[in-house]
Amino acid sequence: MKATTVSRGKGGGPDMSAAARLRATRWYQQPRWRRLAALLGTALLGAQVTGREGSSSDIFLALKENTTGTGMWIWLGGALLVWVLREFVSEQLAAGWAGVREGARAGASGPLGRGRELWRSLPWVRVAALTALAVFLVLLPLLVTRHWQQVLVDQIGIYVLLVIGLNVVVGWAGMLDLGFIAFFAIGAYSAAYWTGSLPVEPPVVLNNFLVIPVAVVTCLVAGVLLGAPTLRLRGDYLAIVTLGFHEMVYLAARNWRDTTGGTSGASVDRFEIDLGFWSYRWGLDPVPYYWLLLVVIALLIFLFLRLEHSRVGRAWTAIREDEVAAAATGVDTVRFKLLAFAIGASTSGVAGVIYASKLGFINSELFVLLFSILVLSYVIFGGMGSIPGVLLGAAILIWLPEAMRDQVPAQDRFMYLGALLVVMMIYRPQGLLPSRRRRRELEMAEEGAGGADSLGTSEGRRV
Amino acid sequence: MSAKPSLEKRPEPGPGPGSGPGPDGPPLLELRDLHVGYGAIEALKGVDLEVRRGEVVALLGANGAGKSTTLKTVSGMLAPRSGEVLLHGERIDGITSHQLVRFGLGHVPEGRRVFGRMTVLENLHMGAYRLRRPDPADLERVFALFPRLHERRRQVAGTLSGGEQQMLAIGRALMGKPELLLLDEPSMGLAPLIVQQIFGILREINEQGTTLLLVEQNATQALQLADRGYVLETGELVMSGPAGELLSDPRIRAAYLGEHVEAEAEAEAEAGRG
Ligand SMILES: Nc1ncnc2c1ncn2[C@@H]1O[C@H](COP(=O)(O)OP(=O)(O)O)[C@@H](O)[C@H]1O
Ligand SMILES: [Mg+2]
Repeated sequence: MKATTVSRGKGGGPDMSAAARLRATRWYQQPRWRRLAALLGTALLGAQVTGREGSSSDIFLALKENTTGTGMWIWLGGALLVWVLREFVSEQLAAGWAGVREGARAGASGPLGRGRELWRSLPWVRVAALTALAVFLVLLPLLVTRHWQQVLVDQIGIYVLLVIGLNVVVGWAGMLDLGFIAFFAIGAYSAAYWTGSLPVEPPVVLNNFLVIPVAVVTCLVAGVLLGAPTLRLRGDYLAIVTLGFHEMVYLAARNWRDTTGGTSGASVDRFEIDLGFWSYRWGLDPVPYYWLLLVVIALLIFLFLRLEHSRVGRAWTAIREDEVAAAATGVDTVRFKLLAFAIGASTSGVAGVIYASKLGFINSELFVLLFSILVLSYVIFGGMGSIPGVLLGAAILIWLPEAMRDQVPAQDRFMYLGALLVVMMIYRPQGLLPSRRRRRELEMAEEGAGGADSLGTSEGRRV
Repeated sequence: MSAKPSLEKRPEPGPGPGSGPGPDGPPLLELRDLHVGYGAIEALKGVDLEVRRGEVVALLGANGAGKSTTLKTVSGMLAPRSGEVLLHGERIDGITSHQLVRFGLGHVPEGRRVFGRMTVLENLHMGAYRLRRPDPADLERVFALFPRLHERRRQVAGTLSGGEQQMLAIGRALMGKPELLLLDEPSMGLAPLIVQQIFGILREINEQGTTLLLVEQNATQALQLADRGYVLETGELVMSGPAGELLSDPRIRAAYLGEHVEAEAEAEAEAGRG
C-alpha cells in the first residue's frame, strides 16, 4: 500500500492514506466472501420477514419454521445466484445486455425492431392491433371470475381513470399533487348529495349520469379555488398545500356527520338510464360498470392525447422544463398550470361519481391519504407523462397484490409492493413505459451530459 | 408621439437596419426613474435609460450591480416599485412577461435556460409559441445565422455545449420575431473564441433590423459591438455615453476591463503628461 501512495509524490502522505483507507472500505474492493456473507445474511433476514408469523403461545415457532422450511432455501439459493452472477459473469451479462439494447436501437434487426417497423409503416397493422386490443378489453370481464370482475371495476377501472387524470397534473404539467383523492371524494359526495342519498336534501334530485357534469364543474371550481393562490408556489410547497387540502376534505367528510354521514357513511343510488321506451338499471353485476368505465376511459384518453399534442401540451412541456423560459417564450404559465390542475381535478371527480354509484355506499374512510399516494406511485411506476405507461402501471400494481392474495399473508402484501417500488426506482426510475422525453432525460444522465462546454472551442463556425 | 405605433397588434418587427423615426421620435425603450427591489433589498435606485430603434446598447456592471434586475423588469418578470418602463412611448410596466412577448420583446435570460430535454428544433418551435405556427422564414434565418444549430437540430438541447446552448437561446428568442432583443450576459462561461463568434452573430442580427439591449460583464466585447453604453453600480447608473468613449475611458478600463495595472499606469502616465 505504501508503494502506491509514495508514487503520488511528497507531502501527500496523510491524505493519500486516508484515501487509501476509503478505497479499501469500498464494497467492491473487499474480498468476495464478505459480499457473499452479506447477501446470505440478507437472505436469512428476508426468509424471516416473508416467512411464517410467530404467535404469542409459541414464540420460537416462526423462527423454527422459517429456518427449516423451503422458503429459506429459496432465499439462500437466490442470494447465491445473485452473488455468482455479480462476481463471475457480470461482464458477460453486461455485454449481452448492451448487445440487446444495440439491437433494439438499430431497429431493423431483431423481432422487436421489426415489429416497430411494421407498426410504423403499415396503417392496417395499427388498425388491426388496436381493434384486437379493443375487442379483448371489451370481452375481458367475460373471461374472468366474479372476484376478478370486481377487481377490474372497483380497483383497476377506477384507478385507471385516476391515473390518467393525475398524469396530466404530474406527468405533463410537472406539479406534485399529493391531494388528488380529495377531488375523488368531492365527486363521490356530489353523487351522494345530488341523488338525495345524504342526510341533507339537494334542491333537485338528479340522475347519476347528470351528476357527472355537476361533479366536473364542482371539482373544476374547487381545483381553481385551491390552485389560483397556490400554483405560483413551486414543487415541494405545492405538494404540502395539496396534502393539506386533502386532509381538510377528508376530515370534513369524517367529522361533519350530519351532512356527510361520517364514518358510518351513506348509501348511494346506482346508475340508471330511462329513455321512456327503454330503460336500464345498473345493479350488483360488475360487468356493466366495466363497460361504462371503458367508454369513459376511452373518451378521456382520446381527449387527453389530443391535448398532449396541441399547443396546450407544448405549453405544459415547456413549463415542466423551465417556467422562466416558458414565460419568456410567451407561455401563460399560471393559466396553463391552472388548466392542468383543473383537468386533473375534474377527472378525479368523475371517477368519484362512478365509484360511489358502483359501490352504492360511501363513507369517509374510502378517501384516506393512502389512496392519493397509491395513485401517485402508479403514475411514477408506469412512467410519468406516458398514457400507456400509467395505464400499465396502475394495472400491474393493482393486479399484483390481488394475485398474491393466496400466496402470502394478507398484511404482507403491501410490503412486497413497497419492495417492488424501491427496486423499480433504483433500477428503472423512469418507469415501465416512460414517455419519450423522460427516456431522453435518462439517456442524458447516462452519458453524463449536462451543459459542459467542451465543444465549440476547437471547431469554428462554418458559414 | 403621433407616429407611435399601436401596442395592440404588432406581429412584425420594425423596418430595416437602423431606420425608424429620427432622433425626435420616442425611443423604442425608455426607463424612467426605475426603482426595483426584492424585499428589503433595493436593487435599482432610480435608473433612467433609453434605447433607440436599431441601436445596440450595452449595460455594463459588476456582479450584483442590478443588470439582470433591469432586464427582468423590462421583460415583465419583475414589477417596479416606482418609475416607468415605456415601449414605443407606452407604459408596459405591470404587463406580465408572456404578454410582453406579443409586443415584440425577446428575452434571452441569464444562464441561457434552453429546454434541456427538447431537441434543438423543438426549442426553436417553442420560441415561436406566440405565433400560432412557426414561420419557416424565421427558422431559415436562425439556421443561416447559426449553422451549428442546423447540424444539431435533432439533438437534445441539454447535451449541447454551453456555446451552442447560448446560440440556441438567442435563436429561440429570434423565432418570436422580436423587435427588441434583451440579452443577459451571453458571454457568461464561454471560451473567448465562442464569445467572439456569438458577438459577431449579434452584430449580424442587429444589422438585420433587431434592436439589442445587451447586459454584460465582458465590457470590451460589449462596447466593441454597442453604439452606446451605460454603467451600473449597485443599482445606480454612474456613467453613460457612446461606446467608443466608454471604451477609452480610463476608469472603465480600470474597473471593467480587468486591465488594472496597465490601465492605471497608463492613466497616471497620461495624467502626468497632461
Ligand atoms: N431574487 C432575489 N432576491 C433577493 N435579492 C436579489 C434577487 N435577485 C437579485 N437580488 C439582489 O439584487 C442585486 C442585483 O442583482 P442582479 O440584478 O442579479 O445583478 P447582476 O445581474 O448585475 O449581477 C444583488 O444585490 C442581488 O443580490
Ligand atoms: Mg445578472
